[in-house]
Amino acid sequence: MMDLLRLSGVHTHIGRYHILQGIDLTVAQGQTTMLLGRNGAGKTTTLRTIMGLWQASKGEISLAGERIESRATPDIARLGVGYVPESMAVFSDLTVKENLVLAARDGPLDDSQLDWIFGFFPALRRFWLSRAGSLSGGQKQMLSIARAIVEPRKLLLIDEPTKGLAPAIVMALIECLKEIKRKGATILLVEQNFFAARELGDNVLVMDNGTIVHRGEMVALAADVPLQERLLGLSLEAHQ
Amino acid sequence: MMILSGDPPRSRVLTLVLVLIILALAATPFLFPGAKALNVAANICVFAALVASYDLLLGYTGSVSFAHTMFYGIGSYAIAIALYGMGPNWAAVATGIVVGLPLAALLALAIGLFSLRVAAIFFAMITLAVASAFQVLASQLSWLTGGEDGRSFQLPELLRPGTVLISKNLFGYEINGRILTFYLVFAVSALMILALLRVVNSPFGRVLQAIRENRFRAEALGFRTVFHLTYANCLAALVAASAGILNALWLRYAGPDTSLSFSIMLDILLMVVIGGMGTIYGAIIGATIFILAQNYLQSLMGVASKAASEAGLPLLPGLLHPDRWLLWLGLLFIASVYFFPTGVVGRLRNGGSDKSAGASH
Repeated sequence: MMDLLRLSGVHTHIGRYHILQGIDLTVAQGQTTMLLGRNGAGKTTTLRTIMGLWQASKGEISLAGERIESRATPDIARLGVGYVPESMAVFSDLTVKENLVLAARDGPLDDSQLDWIFGFFPALRRFWLSRAGSLSGGQKQMLSIARAIVEPRKLLLIDEPTKGLAPAIVMALIECLKEIKRKGATILLVEQNFFAARELGDNVLVMDNGTIVHRGEMVALAADVPLQERLLGLSLEAHQ
Repeated sequence: MMILSGDPPRSRVLTLVLVLIILALAATPFLFPGAKALNVAANICVFAALVASYDLLLGYTGSVSFAHTMFYGIGSYAIAIALYGMGPNWAAVATGIVVGLPLAALLALAIGLFSLRVAAIFFAMITLAVASAFQVLASQLSWLTGGEDGRSFQLPELLRPGTVLISKNLFGYEINGRILTFYLVFAVSALMILALLRVVNSPFGRVLQAIRENRFRAEALGFRTVFHLTYANCLAALVAASAGILNALWLRYAGPDTSLSFSIMLDILLMVVIGGMGTIYGAIIGATIFILAQNYLQSLMGVASKAASEAGLPLLPGLLHPDRWLLWLGLLFIASVYFFPTGVVGRLRNGGSDKSAGASH
């Protein structure tokens, strides 16, 4: 399977801190790759570096064969990379509709795509003209994901979408992400919820101290409790 | 609704206040005879447009600029120098506009491209430095600008107070060139405010709001924020320069005190804050409150002080003495910021709206 995203020897410094210390990873076309690891391992920094929000100090990042490590964030987004940051990142002063129109970069919204999104997140239709800031946490996260998928993207970078959400909303979110997967999307997903990780992941990368310490299939990691404990300090069973 | 670009005041009280202000301004030459009332009304019109243009920057992009009076001054000086040098004719007015507006836009473009790609504080500092330099330059180039004395000039014949367009016998009111100039100021200011309302309610305006809230998030959606911010800076500069042109035409004068001083910048900031940032309507409210207070608070206090004195009240006559008007003006602003932290418009709008559409679900 063709690699859509490839990182080779990527280093990122934030101030005097050396966060990413030579990341090598690939994300295969049409697959969901989970990026796991303890807090502070460098997962979010990896996504932000791919997105150009932090400049890689060394190494190569290529998207569909095209080098992007020196490109500005808007150019990377225009190449078809959708980014869902953590912490329910919506534009609070804009309405739900305006948030989505903005994500479509002012092109017309595709009605069938909208209906599909509303199928998963009916609240977005209900609060279509409400200010995003007045939505609940779960609704904000739905809007944040809807913003990334309102237009077809080559690659989705999603950072902890289930963080802080009620279990019922987490299930809806997992179903939505599964459906996005079925439609052939390529996803690099940072997740701390191992149930969600097991449900969604095809492949898995585990990070520690700014490097990739394990790569393989999600199914294999899910079945190997000692490996989970060694890599992550806990097991999937403990989270079920 | 079309004329307001789908962004009505969204509050009955606010609508009523705005309608009253606009009607009062439009009828000033007939309702409030005398030069002072007309001056105050023209001042409100000019400042409403100027403050609205600043609101585009501060309220919609979150950029703090100290160069807004510089653009205002460029407009004022361009028209003054043209009319002074070429004589009181329409060609001079056109020359002032053709030179002043592009100059303001070019300077805004240069400042924007140079400083808007970095931290907001850097943009604020650059605008402060450039505005200070421009103020010194305007003062030093006395052969061109008239230095500290500024430039007085004559208007084209049609706009002069002595030109009677409709004699008093006809409607009981005389329409002269001065009143025509007032309506020119009123109409152009109104058009600029409506245009700004259109801008902030366009897709471009939504991107500006997104940038204000989180610039990186807007970039992650593919928006080149430097260009959006620079474009907004240029638009604001164009409107500020146009307001400067109107001010110079009204005063028949351009000088450092009336068009470049930092006290004007502070006034603009106060008007934006009092009226309500990020609303455009706040500019009209802020300019009206501020300029009315600036012009009438002193005389109002004189009346109140005299009445208190005649009533034999202790302490009050001294406190309300007209010489203390600046103290009361300051207190008025502190009170308005304290009681209306989102400005008058924000307060009136929030008063009637549901703040928690989905939070309870």
